[in-house]
Amino acid sequence: MSRKTPAAALLPSGVPVRFLAEDGTRVDEHGHYSEPPSERLVEAYRLMVLGRRFDAQATALTKQGRLAVYPSSAGQEACQVASALALTDADWLFPTYRDSVALVARGLEPGEILTLLRGDAHCGYDPAETRVAPQCTPLATQTLHAAGLAHAMQRRGEDSVAFALIGDGATSEGDFHEALNFAAVFKAPVVFFVQNNGFAISVPFEKQSAAPALAYKGVGYGVRSEQVDGNDAVAVLSVLDDAVAHARSGRGPVLVEAHTYRIDAHTNADDATRYRDQAEVERWRAADPVRRLETYLTTENFLSANDIERFRTEAETFAAGVRDTLNADVEPDPLSLFEHVYAVPTRQLAAQRALVAAEVEA
Amino acid sequence: MTEISMAQALNAALRDAVKDDDRVLIFGEDVGPLGGVFRVTDGITADFGEERCFDTPLAESGIVGFAVGMAMGGFRPVVEMQFDAFAYPAFEQITSHVAKLRNRTRGALSLPMVIRIPYAGGIGGVEHHCDSSEAYYTHTPGLRVVTPGTPQDAYDLLRDSIDSPDPVIFLEPKCRYWSKEPVSFTREGAAMDRAVVRREGKDVTLIAYGPMVATALETAAAATAEGWDVEVVDLRSLSPFDDETVTASVRRTGRAVVVHEAAGFGGYGAEVVARVTEQCFHQLHAPVLRVTGLDIPYPPPKLERHQLPDVDRILDTVARLQWHDEPVVAGA
Repeated sequence: MSRKTPAAALLPSGVPVRFLAEDGTRVDEHGHYSEPPSERLVEAYRLMVLGRRFDAQATALTKQGRLAVYPSSAGQEACQVASALALTDADWLFPTYRDSVALVARGLEPGEILTLLRGDAHCGYDPAETRVAPQCTPLATQTLHAAGLAHAMQRRGEDSVAFALIGDGATSEGDFHEALNFAAVFKAPVVFFVQNNGFAISVPFEKQSAAPALAYKGVGYGVRSEQVDGNDAVAVLSVLDDAVAHARSGRGPVLVEAHTYRIDAHTNADDATRYRDQAEVERWRAADPVRRLETYLTTENFLSANDIERFRTEAETFAAGVRDTLNADVEPDPLSLFEHVYAVPTRQLAAQRALVAAEVEA
Repeated sequence: MTEISMAQALNAALRDAVKDDDRVLIFGEDVGPLGGVFRVTDGITADFGEERCFDTPLAESGIVGFAVGMAMGGFRPVVEMQFDAFAYPAFEQITSHVAKLRNRTRGALSLPMVIRIPYAGGIGGVEHHCDSSEAYYTHTPGLRVVTPGTPQDAYDLLRDSIDSPDPVIFLEPKCRYWSKEPVSFTREGAAMDRAVVRREGKDVTLIAYGPMVATALETAAAATAEGWDVEVVDLRSLSPFDDETVTASVRRTGRAVVVHEAAGFGGYGAEVVARVTEQCFHQLHAPVLRVTGLDIPYPPPKLERHQLPDVDRILDTVARLQWHDEPVVAGA
């Protein structure tokens, strides 16, 4: 019999790990976790400001018809940015449709990130080059890809990890459970990061799961698990750094649940007033991750008023660039439809391509 | 050439692929020390180590999704779904990811992987073990769907499938696992996306694949007594479809019957009939007919014989091909 890890060693902290209270003051609720260096926190803050501005810009672009749809991650910036900062360029990121800000933080081109939602192509960036899988719209399916890719890297002797982002709703999907199980059995270096933002479109968390917390779902599979205050960037970064280090060291997968909140509706096309109280949204605004980190960094003198101004200006310039990119008209090539269905187009596809070519000509 | 069974030919193909290419890995349920419930992976773990052929947790979506990640990471997974109907939990992974990743990423990522599925009936299996599920896969662009009808093709097509840059659904006709013939391992025979004329004839073309190839050949032999010279085309590749070989045959004979085990309604045969009719209309002396499984859930073993197309049912259908200018009675 193989030696199993005792259940107690896998259990998450009883309360979400936290370094900062909502008002940005330091609290001692972080167990063995240590605070990341201040430069890292300042970088996280810079990217959160940038990400929030990007997110608002993308939502604005839907109103102008430049994007078909945009699922906002406003309020989840700590999770989004920490996901990118916890990884190296050699690690693989498996994002969902709501994780565009994580891709901004990873350094991808905004125009390439928004290609999917603009409707030009299914994925605008090169996943092989960026090591970012296409943003996944089916729920939890990419968690298995992350487990498989992590195992592949492990076999090749690479010390890279795979990092899969999913939401609370997706933890109800079977693939999430199969991925936890496969990753554990193969001891694959993968981190599953659940952003529990309270809603799966309109369905609140209470109707999604009766688990004490989603983080407990790892224990049954032998996966080390943790839960963290998702609006505390210090805590999220610390916990994810630790999870990635654990996976990278060959000790197996980690499940992390971040408790956060989706401030905007599911997408610009959704009406959240049909299923939740504005008072609840306002309560969560008080726990805003960007302001919380800003207060802490300012109080500790890690961040000056000048820095804040500089980052805001940078974010405005960035948003202007996003507008310019998205306002340029790009006509996707209809004949590209026939490329990359198979390695070599079939005779039937060649014939259909000729048909569409003739229609385009006409 | 030694005479071996189709299961042994598949085993030889897997062994040779593992030997020739370090990236080839075999995994699934019970494929390790047991050698698979049909023994197709027999001895591979023992001979090549658990590194190359291993058991996984019992979860088909997990197996396929994990294989997607492995293929993204540079391996060439060959996974087994234990039975046709047990592959359904993996349907989302197959249709949404396996089939589409090359397209979604505009060629940046490809998935050279093979999903082996023992399929169809004829072995007296209880329910959920006998489905002919080919149409689900052929209706999904991005997948190649291949099925061998002979041990030689089993070897050649599986080698080609493993080498393919595209994902392949490899359907193994389980009732033919034990059929034998001399098999060459030189790979000079099959080209994966070409159909083959198994038997030449001038009066009518039987179009079959997988488990029905042997049945079509038996029918052709029996048909000589009726005075019909029957040609048999084995499709081998269900997707992409080899229009050229099929239509060339039907143009020669002027009559065609498509035979498959799967239910007829909305089935793969309808596509074949449509393609043949569209391309050979002026050479046809009669409508193209189908002999298929009944439009029922797969029956229990004691009633299985009523479900499966057999020589008599195919001959009766051939008889309805307006040999004497009589109107065709449409299928019920």
